[in-house]
Amino acid sequence: MTTLSRAETEALIAEVLEVYPEKARKDRAKHLTANDPGIEQSKKCITSNRKSLPGVMTIRGCAYAGSKGVVWGPIKDMIHISHGPVGCGQYSRAGRRNYYVGTTGVDAFGTMNFTSDFQEKDIVFGGDKKLAKLLDEVEQLFPLHRGISVQSECPIGLIGDDIESVSKKGAAAIGKPIVPVRCEGFRGVSQSLGHHIANDAIRDWVLDKRDGSPDTSTPYDVAIIGDYNIGGDAWATRILLEEMGLRVVAQWSGDGTLAEMMNTPKVKLNLLHCYRSMNYISRHMEEKYGIPWMEYNFFGPTKIVESLRRIAAFFDDQVKEKTEAVIARYQPMMDAIVARYKPRLQGKKVMLYVGGLRPRHVIGAYEDLGMEVIGTGYEFGHNDDYDRTTKEMGDATLIYDDATGFELEEFVKKLKPDLVGSGIKEKYIFQKMGIPLRQMHSWDYSGPYHGYDGFAIFARDMDIALSSPVWGKLVPPWKKTVAEEEVKEAA
Amino acid sequence: MANIMIRQADGGGLTFYLPKRDLEAPISSIEFDTPEKWGGELKLDNGGAYYIDPIARPPRLPVSLRARRLGAAED
Repeated sequence: MTTLSRAETEALIAEVLEVYPEKARKDRAKHLTANDPGIEQSKKCITSNRKSLPGVMTIRGCAYAGSKGVVWGPIKDMIHISHGPVGCGQYSRAGRRNYYVGTTGVDAFGTMNFTSDFQEKDIVFGGDKKLAKLLDEVEQLFPLHRGISVQSECPIGLIGDDIESVSKKGAAAIGKPIVPVRCEGFRGVSQSLGHHIANDAIRDWVLDKRDGSPDTSTPYDVAIIGDYNIGGDAWATRILLEEMGLRVVAQWSGDGTLAEMMNTPKVKLNLLHCYRSMNYISRHMEEKYGIPWMEYNFFGPTKIVESLRRIAAFFDDQVKEKTEAVIARYQPMMDAIVARYKPRLQGKKVMLYVGGLRPRHVIGAYEDLGMEVIGTGYEFGHNDDYDRTTKEMGDATLIYDDATGFELEEFVKKLKPDLVGSGIKEKYIFQKMGIPLRQMHSWDYSGPYHGYDGFAIFARDMDIALSSPVWGKLVPPWKKTVAEEEVKEAA
Repeated sequence: MANIMIRQADGGGLTFYLPKRDLEAPISSIEFDTPEKWGGELKLDNGGAYYIDPIARPPRLPVSLRARRLGAAED
């Protein structure tokens, strides 16, 4: 498939939109565009963070998913109670592969599911008593936990339970923080508002708890913000930062602890990886504590080198020297990987449709392998995400916001990419169409993908997906034409 | 009235941020920007305009303020 011109891309969008009723077509047209890297304000060409159309298949989550699944869930030494019916917690349990160090059930609780299991009578009479009892039980059964967060599911907001007062009473009784989070699933249009609510809960209930305690920080303290340690991502990041001579005092929130979060206001720089889910708390810390924050990108050697130098620029010459040494040490390893995989992957086209930071951050990594991203889009991005994306993408490439199942399928059919990077729900559709798919939400059970170590795995995974012999076996032998047989025999 | 945050942009100038709507936009002009008086009407480069009560001296940035939207909602 050759690259489309602007007119062709626009024609493709119009063609795909044709099946919708008029009102829906008008609405969806605002969410699809041909990229123009020149413009500063993405809102001129794309609308985002709007309610999904009723009746179409969206792959968005809810506010509870954003709070419990993304921001709070990975904090390993806290118990996160899914307060409400059992399903929300159970079906989202441990799916994101946020790795952590610790003994599950003793001092770490990341993959466990705690729920208040609401029944009819709890809806009718209120669930506050049940929550209070649950808090007691948790303290008895898991005495080594460092705190509890109460993640509300939809019914809590609907019936108006006062989880704040129960939490306050419980916290006083057990002497540990209990954080009520009002992240009912019906709030907002996607998980994005859940991120915001979770950030605000951290701000109100956690962040200032150690203000005024003795300052034992060094001038090289940094915090990794918005890295959820999917498949070990945060560890691959941390190694590089420590080799630069920095001291990573907190990981938000992959493999993170409550104490790390409370200590974060003393760091010198906040390093923000996932802008979408944690820019709120970074902005707050900048205002209240004067901690600068910067976005960085640890996907692919080009972006890593760029990011390492930008991080080093915040510190003294000693750090800068070490940074150059780090870059020099890993460069031969990266060159070897590129030399090995680039000839196999050169010129392959990729379409992405994920959430958070990946639709723009992984573009550099694909380009390092000689691959080209011909379409990208966010499930729940906002205008500020698209502002940052348009510059990364080529001219007239396709950009789609909150793409529906139908649109994505049609785009893939027409553009015929060599690889699709999307979620598990898309995986089997596209693989049946004969297009390899890497599940880019949690790295398809692989990872880490961050940092230099991650790039080695990333390159290998992309090669595995694309070079698998299975893609040549999609046509059953009895349907093969004679011509194809002859080609095979000749070869 | 809406809570907004004004911060120093990386490349100089000021950035306007409206948390409620995750709206981030560079400020193209500010009515009063002198050591004695700071604030007034903010013009954003996306076409929107907001008003903040002028204060006696330029604040330490970033700063959260209450702002009033002038004109219709943009976007």
